[in-house]
Amino acid sequence: MGMIKAHNLVFEYIRRDEEGNVESINRAIDNVNIDVTKGDFVAILGANGSGKSTMAKHINAILTPTEGTVWVNGMDTKNEEKLWEIRQTAGMVFQNPDNQIIATVVEEDVGFGAENLGVPTEEIWTRVEESLKAAGMLEYRHHSPNKLSGGQKQRVAIAGIMAMKPECIVLDEPTAMLDPIGRKEVLQTIKELNKKEKVTVLLITHYMEEVIHADKVIVMDQGKVVMQGTPREIFSKVDELKQYCLAVPQVTELAYELSKKGFAIPKGILTVKELVEAINSIA
Amino acid sequence: MIRDITIGQYYPADSILHRLDPRVKLAGTIIYIISLFMFHNYYGYILAVIFLFSMIQISKVPMKFIVKGLKAIIPLLLFAVIFNLFLTPGTLVFQLGFIKITEEGIKTTVFMGIRLVFLILGSSLMTFTTTPNHLTDGLERLMGPLRKIKVPVHEISMMMSIALRFIPILMEETDKIMKAQMARGADFESGGLIKRARSLIPLLVPLFVSAFRRANDLAMAMEARCYRGGEGRTKMKPLKYRTRDMLAYLVLIIYVAAIFLLNSYIA
Repeated sequence: MGMIKAHNLVFEYIRRDEEGNVESINRAIDNVNIDVTKGDFVAILGANGSGKSTMAKHINAILTPTEGTVWVNGMDTKNEEKLWEIRQTAGMVFQNPDNQIIATVVEEDVGFGAENLGVPTEEIWTRVEESLKAAGMLEYRHHSPNKLSGGQKQRVAIAGIMAMKPECIVLDEPTAMLDPIGRKEVLQTIKELNKKEKVTVLLITHYMEEVIHADKVIVMDQGKVVMQGTPREIFSKVDELKQYCLAVPQVTELAYELSKKGFAIPKGILTVKELVEAINSIA
Repeated sequence: MIRDITIGQYYPADSILHRLDPRVKLAGTIIYIISLFMFHNYYGYILAVIFLFSMIQISKVPMKFIVKGLKAIIPLLLFAVIFNLFLTPGTLVFQLGFIKITEEGIKTTVFMGIRLVFLILGSSLMTFTTTPNHLTDGLERLMGPLRKIKVPVHEISMMMSIALRFIPILMEETDKIMKAQMARGADFESGGLIKRARSLIPLLVPLFVSAFRRANDLAMAMEARCYRGGEGRTKMKPLKYRTRDMLAYLVLIIYVAAIFLLNSYIA
């Protein structure tokens, strides 16, 4: 069994009126099956309202399934006794960097999760130092989070999760509120954690550029998983992606348009370099 | 304007006062505040002034920064001063129509003004030199015994530390909303009291909405990091008394002794 596995997962947001009668049911996740292998970098893509954030909250047991089951490292998220173990195994980073930093000094915030787990004091210090180093934020350890940029705050949040020694990190649109530089920093950090620390990463996003380095991409639309595969496989189906309101990276689109006009360019071009090589090989 | 409020902020610097155990600082602040209400002659206030200003010197927090915090309480101060000045009965000094100023009135006003100003200065010096987390850690430990009578000590201190952390964020947000409303023609500055109060509604409603949203996000983020109350929690920076803390207690004891001497021998 993989690190994260969802089987026939269904989740419904139920709205009730004042008397408690059901007013409307909104099926946010509709019969989803996914399987994430340990050590992988998996991206979930989807437009607004596709259910991708709801999906993320299931992995951390913030939400529990209406139907079906989610397993995190073999633990059923419905099992309340395992709740804290699940949350420690699958750490979660949220969208808004301001709303997830608890302390007023960077290092104290990074230590918060470890404190909650009851880790002995000396070990908290080593963990804090290690995870700040891994996130490239060690020099800011005594700073106030209010004075950091968005990208730096998000890296502090990631370090805070790393200090809990999770096997898997779920990032729910961590770059949505950042500027391009911050986005690059955060992505770089995530990639390094995946490569060096061997943490399983589940990145939820609607930026296509962020998923080209993933091992596997899952596309969601209206609560369903509609596409699965490697970035190259996914990006070779430009028309299908557009149907789900997802814009492919510019290079991919250019390559796609060129091949449509009859040039011999392979499908699923991901980087400028690849396109340049492809064009050179024609000429 | 809103950024001028410095009460409750932390001023990072490297001083003995910053490094002191928060419990000492809390006890010191409480003793200092009580002492302000114990003096019944002006000599006492000279002592309080000397004590406070030497502490400010030691703390390395710039005087300008501390005084700025007073701006916020000017309305309150004026309110207290006016009421005391005009409404205290006693020997008449000055009369203009129905306005009467008495000797006792002047005296209580001066005392009241000094007390309020020093109360704010003293307590803000504590927040300037103590990080909110440290402060609430100190509170949690000091209030520890109350847990026996089912006071949720840990929860209270956690709430306080979060409130303190969000003060600057919410202030920034207020500023932002205010500017956005002003850009669309809202007027916060003119008109009478009622009109001005009413003009605050379009400011407060979005502020509250966003505060609730933030609270919701934060609660989720805390739970995701395995927060489940104070039980079984360890501390990254546990509180431990050191020699300097003992010395600080000694200074406090000397201060208290000086107050009693002043009160009983110089009357």
